[in-house]
Amino acid sequence: MFDIDFWREIFQSINKNRTRSLLSGFTVTFAILLFTILFGLANGLSNTFAEAFVDDAANAVFIRSGATTKAYKGMQAGRRIQFRNEDYKYIKTDFDDNVEFITSRIYKNVAASFRNEKNNYSLRAVHPDHQYLEKTKVYKGRYINQRDMDIKTKVVVIGKLVKEDLFLKVDPLGKYINLSGIPYKVVGVFADDGGDDEERLLYMPLSTAQQVYGNNDYVDQINLTYKPELDFNQAIDFGLDLEKKLKERFLVAPNDQRAVRVFNMAMQNKGITQMTSVLGIIILIIGMGTLIAGIVGISNIMIFIVKERTKEIGIRKALGASPKSIVAIILIESIFITSIAGYFGLLLGVGILEWAGPSLKTYFITNPSVSTSLVISATLTLIGAGTLAGYLPAKKASKIKPIVALRDD
Amino acid sequence: MLEIKQLHKSYAIGDSSLHVLKGIDLSVAQGEMVAIMGSSGSGKSTLLNIIGMLDEADEGDYILDQVPIKNLTEKKAAIYRNKFLGFIFQSFNLINYKNALENVALPLYYQGLKRKERQEKARFHLQKVGLLDWETHLPSELSGGQKQRVAIARALASDPKLLLADEPTGALDTTTSYDIMAFLQQLNDEGKTILIVTHEEDIAAMCKRIVRLRDGVIMEDKKVTQVRAELHV
Ligand SMILES: Nc1ncnc2c1ncn2[C@@H]1O[C@H](COP(=O)(O)OP(=O)(O)OP(=O)(O)O)[C@@H](O)[C@H]1O
Ligand SMILES: [Mg+2]
Repeated sequence: MFDIDFWREIFQSINKNRTRSLLSGFTVTFAILLFTILFGLANGLSNTFAEAFVDDAANAVFIRSGATTKAYKGMQAGRRIQFRNEDYKYIKTDFDDNVEFITSRIYKNVAASFRNEKNNYSLRAVHPDHQYLEKTKVYKGRYINQRDMDIKTKVVVIGKLVKEDLFLKVDPLGKYINLSGIPYKVVGVFADDGGDDEERLLYMPLSTAQQVYGNNDYVDQINLTYKPELDFNQAIDFGLDLEKKLKERFLVAPNDQRAVRVFNMAMQNKGITQMTSVLGIIILIIGMGTLIAGIVGISNIMIFIVKERTKEIGIRKALGASPKSIVAIILIESIFITSIAGYFGLLLGVGILEWAGPSLKTYFITNPSVSTSLVISATLTLIGAGTLAGYLPAKKASKIKPIVALRDD
Repeated sequence: MLEIKQLHKSYAIGDSSLHVLKGIDLSVAQGEMVAIMGSSGSGKSTLLNIIGMLDEADEGDYILDQVPIKNLTEKKAAIYRNKFLGFIFQSFNLINYKNALENVALPLYYQGLKRKERQEKARFHLQKVGLLDWETHLPSELSGGQKQRVAIARALASDPKLLLADEPTGALDTTTSYDIMAFLQQLNDEGKTILIVTHEEDIAAMCKRIVRLRDGVIMEDKKVTQVRAELHV
């Protein structure tokens, strides 16, 4: 039955009944287009969420200090809490079971110069573990290491933009950069996905900075990552426990929100994960909704087409068409139109997403796109629905007595 | 050719039923040209449609070319319609998006002929009805008489044993009607069996036998001397 003549019949019918073909095709194109765009936008939204946290490790915990706001155990309010190296060691040893990487941090602003180029930068003095916490990508040379810590070497690792600012075309490795009058040897250059600000930075061994800036053992902040095998709840419990113990250690009231602050990414992540799954459900509903609308549309059109063709079916039957050939001609035509139209909708949708994608960044939509397989499955679903929707009326039409189909009314 | 015995047909209208054919006995031999007459609503079309297997009788026997037509599957019915029967309708019933040649070739498609063969045969029949020059025209571009001639060519295309025409001239003016009748007579001369439903006496007179229906039974069935249509054209 699927010979060239059969297809000739189909093409003639499609071609000669353009309005009908276009209308039914348009419904499918529109459904797939909408499906693609909505799905793409939703994907873009969840990409934005994912991207917001590529800068830092997803399992990070930041510990900062401030002044107490409450009097506690005979201590006055307004006392400044200062972390020191011993606090770092305390966390590292006492929470060893849960801590993956840990680093202290000191912040400084420095005026840097190399030959004739000068600029001001932020400096972070850190432990070697900091590299993993910040996802720093050293693409030239090396990062701070334990030996630097032990002997307090005067070395720095510079950001890509610092290198571009100060060193221009010169290879910075092994060169000496001047920071507020003291020369430091550049041992590495790094990139960071966190953006320009993260690449306009210098890293220095913590011990070196402590010696140079004040000769003390103060640290501004302690960052760590918890072990990845902890689940959300364990990670949150760990963070709360850490906070509680630190508050005890510094004689800070348990409900003091400023003196010791433990920011736990797990809390954040739990929210994001929930948000993402809500988003996923919304996406699913949108997708289903569009598809159902498409299915209803196609079903209506199929019923309409069969009705419109009833007389033609009667004529064909009077001329000797078998019921099977009647069903086939209607169904194959609809499948053909649906496939082409669906494909067209896919191309259009992907095209629009690609074209509009970059300008949507302002609306928290990053790289909106859909997987081709998803859209193809959607199209196949529509084709299946169209086939099913068309089959019943086509079957019915193929069974009516020719005389009924031919009646002039 | 065909043999009908005690044929009954009723239509359900709401709760009641309308008994249209109340025991028809009719036999038609090969080569006959029969006019079926009767007042409007007497059941002429109903009878012709049953003969043409477009509709089914409720009761009675119908034998077409030695084949009893009863409880046929749709598939079988399709084959018989295609092989034995050619239809001509009052309203032509051409497929509006197919041109004259394609309309004529359609029954041949359902016979499973190759495209080339179909076109050849279709052209032959179009030429027979004098419309070869119009083969690429759509039905909407043809006059009523031309449409009916295309319909006749289509009915003839599959070379049926029996040609059935339901008021073939009903939608045409007198001159064109006689034209069509002349052609049908010519076909009959060549041996084709033809049944024509009409309520026009002059058209009936151009057949060889007139069957009159009234109230669902055959009131009169007589052979007549054929009036040749070409004398009136
Ligand atoms: N499908 C149907 N359902 C119900 N009643 C019908 C149906 N077809 C025909 N009838 C009725 O059956 C009767 C016979 O109809 P038929 O068409 O056979 O008449 P006819 O002799 O061909 O009349 P006309 O000369 O007007 O064409 C009419 O009363 C008509 O109303
Ligand atoms: Mg009638």
